[in-house]
Amino acid sequence: MILALIAQRVALGILLLLAVSGLIFAGTQILPGDVAQSILGRSATPVALANLRAEMGLNDPADVRYFHWLFSILHGDLGTALTSKLDIATSIKERLWNTLFLAFWAAMISVPVAVTLGLIAVRYRNGPIDKAISGFALASTSVPEFFIGYLLVYFFAVKFQFLPGISMVYEGMPFLDKMKAIALPCMTLTLGILAHMMRMTRAAILNVMQSAYIETAELKGLAAFDIIRRHAFPNAIAPIINVIMLNLAYLVVGVVVIEVIFVYPGMGQYLVDHVAKRDVPVVQAVGLIFAAVYISLNVVADVASILANPRLRHPR
Amino acid sequence: MVDEIRFLSERVAKGKLSRREFLGRAAVLGVSAVLANNLLAEAAWAEGPVKGGTLRAGLNGGQATDSLDPALIGFDVQFIFSRQWGEQLVELSADQELKPALAEEWGGSKDAKVWTFKIRKGVQFHNGKEMTPTDVLATMERHSDANSKSAVRALLQGIDKIAVDGQNVVFTLKDGNADFPFIMNDLHLVVQPNGGKDNPNEGIGTGPYKVTMNNPGVRLGGEKFANYWRDDRGFADQIEIIVINDGTARGSALQSGQVHMINRVDPKVVELLKRFPDITVRNAPGRSHSYFYCQCDTAPFDNNDLRLALKYAVDREEMVQKILAGYGSVGNDTYVNKLYPLFTEIEQRIYDPDKAAFHYKKSGHTGSLLLQISEVAFPSAVDAAQLYQQSAAKAGISIEVKREPADGYWDSVWGKVPFAGSSGAGRPTQDMFYSLMLQSKAVWNETHFFNDKFDQMLVQARSELDADKRKKLYADMGQLVREEGGAIIPMFADFIDATGPQVGGWVSDGNNQSMNGYALSKCWLQA
Repeated sequence: MILALIAQRVALGILLLLAVSGLIFAGTQILPGDVAQSILGRSATPVALANLRAEMGLNDPADVRYFHWLFSILHGDLGTALTSKLDIATSIKERLWNTLFLAFWAAMISVPVAVTLGLIAVRYRNGPIDKAISGFALASTSVPEFFIGYLLVYFFAVKFQFLPGISMVYEGMPFLDKMKAIALPCMTLTLGILAHMMRMTRAAILNVMQSAYIETAELKGLAAFDIIRRHAFPNAIAPIINVIMLNLAYLVVGVVVIEVIFVYPGMGQYLVDHVAKRDVPVVQAVGLIFAAVYISLNVVADVASILANPRLRHPR
Repeated sequence: MVDEIRFLSERVAKGKLSRREFLGRAAVLGVSAVLANNLLAEAAWAEGPVKGGTLRAGLNGGQATDSLDPALIGFDVQFIFSRQWGEQLVELSADQELKPALAEEWGGSKDAKVWTFKIRKGVQFHNGKEMTPTDVLATMERHSDANSKSAVRALLQGIDKIAVDGQNVVFTLKDGNADFPFIMNDLHLVVQPNGGKDNPNEGIGTGPYKVTMNNPGVRLGGEKFANYWRDDRGFADQIEIIVINDGTARGSALQSGQVHMINRVDPKVVELLKRFPDITVRNAPGRSHSYFYCQCDTAPFDNNDLRLALKYAVDREEMVQKILAGYGSVGNDTYVNKLYPLFTEIEQRIYDPDKAAFHYKKSGHTGSLLLQISEVAFPSAVDAAQLYQQSAAKAGISIEVKREPADGYWDSVWGKVPFAGSSGAGRPTQDMFYSLMLQSKAVWNETHFFNDKFDQMLVQARSELDADKRKKLYADMGQLVREEGGAIIPMFADFIDATGPQVGGWVSDGNNQSMNGYALSKCWLQA
């Protein structure tokens, strides 16, 4: 039963991916200018442009190029970047790894902190502690990420000089150095996504707290934290997982601003550079990976919700 | 007094006096900051370059899409990195003179049609092979080939044939060109093994550093090439470029010591950066210009009175002060300035609302003019357009500023619309510049300046070997462009770099940013 459900989700996800690839391709075709012009920049002469276009196979019709690409990707070949001539799979591997590394540690810090803060906020709801937690979280979310980033750089990198302001990581870098390098972007991301998860946890649990069985638990004399932990939280877990997954997806696909500020070699900057240059194969590949991350995290959220809540297993 | 300054500068070089204290004392003694800085550089050289270490630069202008092919160099990081691993036949010195590099010497025939370059012996490529005249020939062939996508191809079209003659490479031109050796200095013409015909992206050249790391848009690195042929550069054991496209991040990386030098300091933050005692701002007056153009053959700009009105309506001094924070000089609508050889000073055009109003009235134009601009046209371009709008309004000229998206500006706005913002880096000679920008058939003739008289003078000057006559011709051409051309050129921007406390050997070079790209190989890390 559950297996069938999961299989259905995965199949839907793959279909969705295919649709996304078509959309991305269409999108890159609509953009003004072309890759040859963007590579040669202003120093382009018409002849040089024509030569470069011919060399890159840009004279084929769009649909031919699309299916050609789709065919090779199904064979596991992401192709070569039109611009830098480097193998896309190799370039992406390192970048994707960096992005996941940063996202992982940001999630490792922000998720437990957010959920714990949410639980505490519920326990002391409407009191000063709740207000303080919500106030802090909302304030840190309301300030733009780049501003938090610059503030942290100013204090930690320039003033006190104990954390690097440039988060340069590379293959073969010792683990502790890496952790030190990503400390500031990690902090910035944590501050940015904390409030969303914290508020959602608080709201979801408060919703459950209205139920009759919570009253029963209170009446039988359980401590306030035990009620939240054992009775309210498990029943509120589905929406919490959903919002956590959304934020994880954001950590993977949406942190280009952070990458620019901290000069972090992740996927976001890689994608932006190639969109600006109309390097379609790379845009396609990255877009596909981003879509896959998004879709699979959502599948995970769905499945986790189903596992956590038996009622969802029997759709009416 | 000079002796005292010298004594003090030597003390700085030995590390016994801080740079800041030195400049303070120099100012007390009445020595200009420029002279004082030059004395410092001299003293540092006398003390001797320090070898070893890893010199790091945080640079703007690198993308994940950059390739190593010299034919495709378009942006800062590609250019600066190519300077470290590759070399041209000739080099341009800081005072704009050609110096031998891979060519030991060169000479032209009397009609400037045949040019012979003697190729240096005993220069090795990083792959261990010796660089030969055949490699030079192949390089030139690759860039000038009809199928070439090289940006320098347009300049090489005057070549009729190229041949190897012993240790010489001989160029025969279709028409005489007295400036031909300058073309060989073009940054794209990096000599590669077999001209890069086998693999243009391999990054193998004759430069002081061999490529050890090429992570485009992120990090690039080089290691000292043990068999490098000269000893006036390549002091650090390793060099590293970290691509930092965000200006604030570049500044903070320099302040926190993660990099030793940065390029493209925004004029707006120079004063802030100067507050840090360890940081030295290095600005060099250059040929790069920021401007507005209008197309001379498109109504209403086909009326020269309207163009003159627009030229008188721009407040040049204000632009230099507000847009460049004083780090630049005023332009005179001729594209060239005193950094060009054979330059003649022409009377400076100044902001004159009355004259602007006079010419505007004479042109008979009414209604507002649409100026299309984007931040990528040049730094603070939109601000500049708004200043222009205000200064023109005082002359009764109405300019409507339309902000265009940065993405795609050079493709779909620049050159396509009649009135827009633009910028250029300049070229080493007037001939090269005019041939590319203003000749009737020039590839980047954005102003649609089609002037037979100008074309004739350009061709005449090109093959003229008498310097005085050439100078006169260029002066006349400058005058013609100033009066009838379509460019409104309010300013020339300085190159502004900045270095941290450890960098030695920096000299001012206005040919291009970052000491004409040589900073990483010509500077060293002081102990």
